[in-house]
Amino acid sequence: MSTLLKMKHITKSFSSNKVLTDVDLSVAEGEVHALLGENGAGKSTLMKILGGIYAKDSGTISISGKEVQMHDVMAARDYGVSIIHQELMLAQHLTVAENVFMGREIKKKSGLVDLPKQEAQTQNFLDQYNIPLDANTRLDKLTIAEQQMIEIIRAISFGARIIVMDEPTSSLSDTEVEILYKMIRALKSKKMAIIYISHRLNELYDITDRITVLRDGKWIGTVITKETKRADLIAMMVGRDLSSYYTKSDHVVDEVVLKVSDLSDGNKVKRVSFDLKKGEILGIAGLVGAGRSETVECIFGLRNKKAGTIEYKGRQINFRSPEEAMKEGFGLVPEDRKKEGLFLQSGVRFNTTINVIPQFLYKFTWNKTKEKNIVAEKINDMNIKTAGIEQVVSRLSGGNQQKVLIGRWLCSTKTILILDEPTRGVDVKTKAEIYTLIDHLAASGLSIIMVSSELPELINMSDRVMVMCNGYSTGILQRKDLGQESIMTLATSEVSV
Amino acid sequence: MKHKNAKEHMLKNFGSNLIEGIKGNGGIIIGLILICILLSVMTESFLTVKNFSNIMRQISVNVILACGMTMVIILGGIDLSVGSIIAISGCLCCGLITNTGLPAAIAIPVSILAGTLVGVFNGLVISRTTIPPFIVTLAMMNVGRGFARIYTKSTTILVDDELFTFIGSGKVFGGIPIHFIYMIIVIVVSGLLLNRTKLGRNIYAVGDNKQAAAYSGINTKKVTMTVFVLMGFFAACAGIISSARTFSGQFNVGEGAEMDAISAVVLGGTSMSGGVGRLSGTIIGCIVIGVLNNGMNILGIDSSWQYVVKGVVVLIAVFIDYFKKRKE
Repeated sequence: MSTLLKMKHITKSFSSNKVLTDVDLSVAEGEVHALLGENGAGKSTLMKILGGIYAKDSGTISISGKEVQMHDVMAARDYGVSIIHQELMLAQHLTVAENVFMGREIKKKSGLVDLPKQEAQTQNFLDQYNIPLDANTRLDKLTIAEQQMIEIIRAISFGARIIVMDEPTSSLSDTEVEILYKMIRALKSKKMAIIYISHRLNELYDITDRITVLRDGKWIGTVITKETKRADLIAMMVGRDLSSYYTKSDHVVDEVVLKVSDLSDGNKVKRVSFDLKKGEILGIAGLVGAGRSETVECIFGLRNKKAGTIEYKGRQINFRSPEEAMKEGFGLVPEDRKKEGLFLQSGVRFNTTINVIPQFLYKFTWNKTKEKNIVAEKINDMNIKTAGIEQVVSRLSGGNQQKVLIGRWLCSTKTILILDEPTRGVDVKTKAEIYTLIDHLAASGLSIIMVSSELPELINMSDRVMVMCNGYSTGILQRKDLGQESIMTLATSEVSV
Repeated sequence: MKHKNAKEHMLKNFGSNLIEGIKGNGGIIIGLILICILLSVMTESFLTVKNFSNIMRQISVNVILACGMTMVIILGGIDLSVGSIIAISGCLCCGLITNTGLPAAIAIPVSILAGTLVGVFNGLVISRTTIPPFIVTLAMMNVGRGFARIYTKSTTILVDDELFTFIGSGKVFGGIPIHFIYMIIVIVVSGLLLNRTKLGRNIYAVGDNKQAAAYSGINTKKVTMTVFVLMGFFAACAGIISSARTFSGQFNVGEGAEMDAISAVVLGGTSMSGGVGRLSGTIIGCIVIGVLNNGMNILGIDSSWQYVVKGVVVLIAVFIDYFKKRKE
């Protein structure tokens, strides 16, 4: 295999802040090369330099042995570099073909767009990669995974040879991930180079050939995936041995606080039953679309329940709004922190105290000291890295944003804390911190429901795991029975109605 | 002793708020001072007590509207119907007094209620549907103006009533214009609501991220409803004051008032996309517009050119804001 892309001694500073120091990366034809590192390690800066979005301070980039200059995005595209961003850059109301040719439409002599020709060419690409889609379909009819394929097809149609995928699986279900893998293998066989950015170590073992690890803007090492152990990768990423990655102590009290029986929402949730003990961490596992989030939303009053009962400390409850649930000491940290959680234009203070306003704002007076103390305590307890309590949260890293959001809910949660994907898009160090926190909370007597797509997290943190499939609960596993296989078997077992 | 401490605390609190307000609105305050210096040098009559009280009277209606509009815009909305609400409450009040013969003490609350009902309608539709506030209030602007014309038969209803006259141009506490009192009340009420209550925090939260607000247990419908009803109420009160100042209900009263209010809010640095803004900024914005109007009148600048100047000032303000943000 010959080297297609070689980046050497890349250095980049933003004003006085050095974000990349002497970083090397080389990717061969037909290789899937992972770029691994915590948030802020410099992965995206490096990719933006490759894509012509940022200019490097020093270092060289060569493609097929020839040194090139990425002056801007167009130059990068001409050299065959294409970046598939986490958020897809497609127009929902246009067809597949129109999206593929967006910005460089094929025109007839009259100046009008030659739609049939665009469609034919797009269809050709789709068939070539065995994607069973019609070029004439409107984009909003497609699933996220299919839209991602279109983005990749679009890159190929530009003549891309180096494709960067930034967290491509973050919104895909397991079956959709398989489809993506198939696509990646097809690209490999056509001698393209793929740079794959992901936080999920499992995926790296599934699909990548080599891994380059960055830390604090420095090159730490490039290893062959097959020959490297997970623990070694984590150690390279965080710079120390994470022997206590998961913290788990035993603190379940034999007292049922929540008993859910035959819960249904008439749509995604079907006759779900489980109970939750004091100090227990109950995991909820399942594939995307299994109804996990919907189940906890039903309990928390975000979604109407149609049938079934919920018993809390021996009495029936039926929350019609989160407000009512919060009054009973319930809390829910939502799955999508940017959409459902944070007030991105506002500061850390505003975001932290929004659930407990009456504690410091009453009778038209504002006890500023008290509010500051609440925030300072959370920043301290959770080790939140922020420039101050008024720092706008959109400027924080993903891990710190997640901590602010969890901190908000710790202000108001007294009995039952529901965590929906608590470590999604969070770096390894913060993950370990969140696990320790969850364990402490359970030890202090909170009951915790943790919805998660990450099996290692569920297996290592939960006392029990309820597995869901198609809206049904397909089984509840005790701690001693927890394993990837036992969970996946239940997650894919259809319930016959 | 304890009482004294509380008082000191309040004073200190007020002081720090004032400093924060000046810091946050630095740019526009400098602009305002420059305009004032320029006008003081160019004219003799600008820097007089009489003219100051004139300006206060002229901006009072806009201050009342802009305070409500600040809340509406921070919430992420807009209310174009306020000018028409002024006409509804103003004309109805004059009609009830002159044509129906009701005493002003009854006609005034009835008319305020009628104007507020427009706000209730806006609030109901906007909080319960996803129809954009721009469209709902644009429609109500036309409906309201139409009803004002129908009710007045497109004429002017004159009023001769002692209480009504007092509301429009009275003086209290030995010479303080009553308009000044209205303004202070509305500013204090709005300031307390926005900065010293849970509702105020919730307005910012809904404007920043409505879905996140709902997940945090905030009743977004109730917050939206309250803000639009309050806006309607403020506008209805402004309608009575406007009509009382001219002793008459004119069908075209308050035309374009919504635009002056929005201009003041934007001058004050409030973001049109919601979630960010300050009441203190809005008030300074109102003063800037008031001083500009007044100064240009003294200078004898043609009214057509006055429009141009006001528009350009708003553009300059938002450009400065844009470049400041981009630098960050």
